[in-house]
Amino acid sequence: MSGRVLVGVKRVIDYAVKIRVKPDNTGVVTDGVKHSMNPFCEIAVEEAVKLKEKKFIKEVVAVSCGPQQAQETIRTALAMGADRGIHVEVTGKDYEAMGPLQVSKIMAALAKKEDAQLIILGKQAIDDDCNQTGQMTAALLDWPQGTFASEVSLEGDKVKVVREIDGGLETIRINTPAVLTADLRLNTPRYATLPNIMKAKKKKIAKVNPADLGLDMTSRLEVVRVDEPPQRLAGVKVETVEDLVSKLREQGTL
Amino acid sequence: MLLRKVSRSSALCGSILRMPPVLSGGQRHAGAVIAVQNNRLYASQAAEAVVEKEAAVGSETATKVKNTTVAAESKSYAVNIFKGQIATAQVFPYPAVMNEEQEQFLRELVGPVNKFFLEVNDAAKNDALEKVEDHTMEGLKEMGAFGLQVPADLGGLGLSNTQYARLVEIVGTYDLGVGITLGAHQSIGFKGILLFGNPAQKEKYLPKLATGETIAAFCLTEPASGSDAASIKTTAVQSPCGQYFTLNGSKIWISNGGLAEIFTVFAKTPMKDPKTGEMKDKISAFVVERSFGGVTSGPPEKKMGIKASNTAEVYFDNVRVPADCLLGELGEGFKVAMNILNNGRFGMAAALSGTMKGVISKAVDHAANRTQFGSKIHNYGVIQEKVARMTMLQYVTEAMAYMISGNMDSGAKEFQIEAAISKIFASEAAWTVTDECVQVMGGMGYMKDAGVERVMRDLRIFRIFEGTNDILRLFVALNGFQNAGNQLKSLQKALKNPIGNAGLLAGELTRRAKRKAGLSTGLTLQGTVHPELAHSGELTTKAIEQFGAITEELLIKHGKKIIDEQFVLSRVADCAIDLYAMVVVLSRASRSLSQGSASAQHEKMLCETWCVEAHERIMRNIKSLSSGESKHLFRNLRAISAAVVENGGVVAPHPLGF
Repeated sequence: MSGRVLVGVKRVIDYAVKIRVKPDNTGVVTDGVKHSMNPFCEIAVEEAVKLKEKKFIKEVVAVSCGPQQAQETIRTALAMGADRGIHVEVTGKDYEAMGPLQVSKIMAALAKKEDAQLIILGKQAIDDDCNQTGQMTAALLDWPQGTFASEVSLEGDKVKVVREIDGGLETIRINTPAVLTADLRLNTPRYATLPNIMKAKKKKIAKVNPADLGLDMTSRLEVVRVDEPPQRLAGVKVETVEDLVSKLREQGTL
Repeated sequence: MLLRKVSRSSALCGSILRMPPVLSGGQRHAGAVIAVQNNRLYASQAAEAVVEKEAAVGSETATKVKNTTVAAESKSYAVNIFKGQIATAQVFPYPAVMNEEQEQFLRELVGPVNKFFLEVNDAAKNDALEKVEDHTMEGLKEMGAFGLQVPADLGGLGLSNTQYARLVEIVGTYDLGVGITLGAHQSIGFKGILLFGNPAQKEKYLPKLATGETIAAFCLTEPASGSDAASIKTTAVQSPCGQYFTLNGSKIWISNGGLAEIFTVFAKTPMKDPKTGEMKDKISAFVVERSFGGVTSGPPEKKMGIKASNTAEVYFDNVRVPADCLLGELGEGFKVAMNILNNGRFGMAAALSGTMKGVISKAVDHAANRTQFGSKIHNYGVIQEKVARMTMLQYVTEAMAYMISGNMDSGAKEFQIEAAISKIFASEAAWTVTDECVQVMGGMGYMKDAGVERVMRDLRIFRIFEGTNDILRLFVALNGFQNAGNQLKSLQKALKNPIGNAGLLAGELTRRAKRKAGLSTGLTLQGTVHPELAHSGELTTKAIEQFGAITEELLIKHGKKIIDEQFVLSRVADCAIDLYAMVVVLSRASRSLSQGSASAQHEKMLCETWCVEAHERIMRNIKSLSSGESKHLFRNLRAISAAVVENGGVVAPHPLGF
């Protein structure tokens, strides 16, 4: 038992930002747009830090994959209480094409390298809404998984996870090492306080490349185009029920 | 040193506030002046820095000393405009003082602070409860918000003035009541310990203050001593053994007075004058703990705004204050008080620039969505003018705040005029902007739910506290006159020996001749401002030339009696405020143009528009100062006021006769 938890923290466009699609429909505008940590990743960090505070684990390592700015997201995790960070530098085309499969390969490789006991991830990221990375990571490692966790407790070398599923809660007990993904109600993430942000400056962030981990980052997925949601058109007011019925007939709705 | 200066210039400060004829009388009374000032050294917590330099227009003693201490040329822009000169060192280029690490750190801090105020703090609730909600207060403490500028090794964040400004700007955007709670604590409450405390005092108090475990308050104002800080009655009498002081007196309207454990208290201490051997009262500053015993506070005051902050009376009844709680030197309390206030003013400008940003968003949101007469109301000229003016006022205030914090961070010592201007400008701009926000929003703006009426109530105090704007205007003008007066004095001296000073005189004569003829005296900002702003630069230099001329004219006309001419002084101050505002926007917009930032052309428009109107205002003020008509006008104003005061209210009978 290493007592080490890896937490994935993804840098995404801030939830409060109004998303704009690039004019060439290849993606969304990210330049000069406020970014922050994916809210589900915040929950994952909070859970890991709590486990450490309860002395169930010894070390929390925050991992982020992306360009230089990913370090800002790692800094936030460090300010929340993670002990150190690993920045997996992915830039340019690789970064644009990076999806759950590539990230899960990275997480799996790091989990082995770091001898992690747990991997905690957000259940999904608010930018691409994939909800796959946790599951894929578990598969690649051949570890048990506890997804959509709303309650986590460590019991020796097992972990009890209460999962939010359709129609209720499911409680499972799985072996460690394991992969957990955090759902919305798992906890309320703490604020990164200014003194902790200051202290986090002293914490280490190691930088690695996917190549160092011997990983193939190519993607088999091609983004064909990205569009704005259709604009809602103005409605028409009708005077009478007869008018309404005839309008609906015109449209072929009736 | 400063204490001596204070005594020398006391004639001046006494006059600013009360104008007793005997004090403004000049050298004949110089002896009397010194005697009188002994027990009322300190004019005002607001008119403070006036006394940091003796007035050339003051007593004979003052000028004598001054001649030996004519210091190096001031780098302050504001000081120089009074001489009709431009000192660009502090204003161009727009300061960028943070190193990469400081900037990175600040970037990391802005997000969480913003988030805290958005998600945790509830300004309306704090206002209704008349206190900062408990969980918010706890959150702010954990956040580190109570020790922003305390050095890191003493448990604070060790922020520079610029970093501090950026964070209080966020506080000002969301909740001025919380802003006062935090500001009364660290901007004035324990700033004295930061600035003047000895290492032992710092180590003893700052760690707990930084975490908010103990709260601090600044105690200067008393029932009979507001603007006239010289008249405080609280006393601190040293024990014969010298081990402690006995503190007695009461302070009013003390922010955090009911919450604080640590008080910075100003009191009179009897001291022996080393020269005459007489006993005199001088103000000293003390760190007083509530736990010393004898310290009590009254119930929270009911206020118009900033209700979330606690304001209370604080009483000191035979409080035994250990001698090592003396802050700074014995008898130097005035210097402590004035430095604290002077060092904190930029923070108000920063906070209020945030406030304005906040209400502008509300106004614009309404203007863009409200339809009347078939159009969104932002399409109408009257609304457009309001939005444009609100934007300019915010732009200027923000530019001032960060220019001053930048100057302070790069070690400038002389920024008291600029700091005072920023406090005056910011508090008035924020009032106007918020008032116009209510107007743009119409009935909606008047409703509590819109959240703007609270901002108005909160804002009103900013024109009153920490030196009323009226007193600060006198301070700005008199401070400027002092320096201009010194220059004039040396010119007059040179005139007594024209041959030896031929060069100086020739230069001055040409300058004056040119100015008289309406030609430029060669003052220019060309090459300093961005070429696209050349016209605005010219307007500024022209205005400075004219301002220098009127300053000189007024000094010659009124001599030392200028200190009694408050009608004149406040108009002179208005000119100085506009001139500073012009140069800060020129500097800021020049930088944006040089950097080719996306908003450069927008900022150019803000700058040009501001400069055209400011120039007009300055010229109007200068004209009224130099014309005989205004003398008549001032006389009328004086007479009207006198009659109404005499009558205890308006004099004219009701138009209906009853």
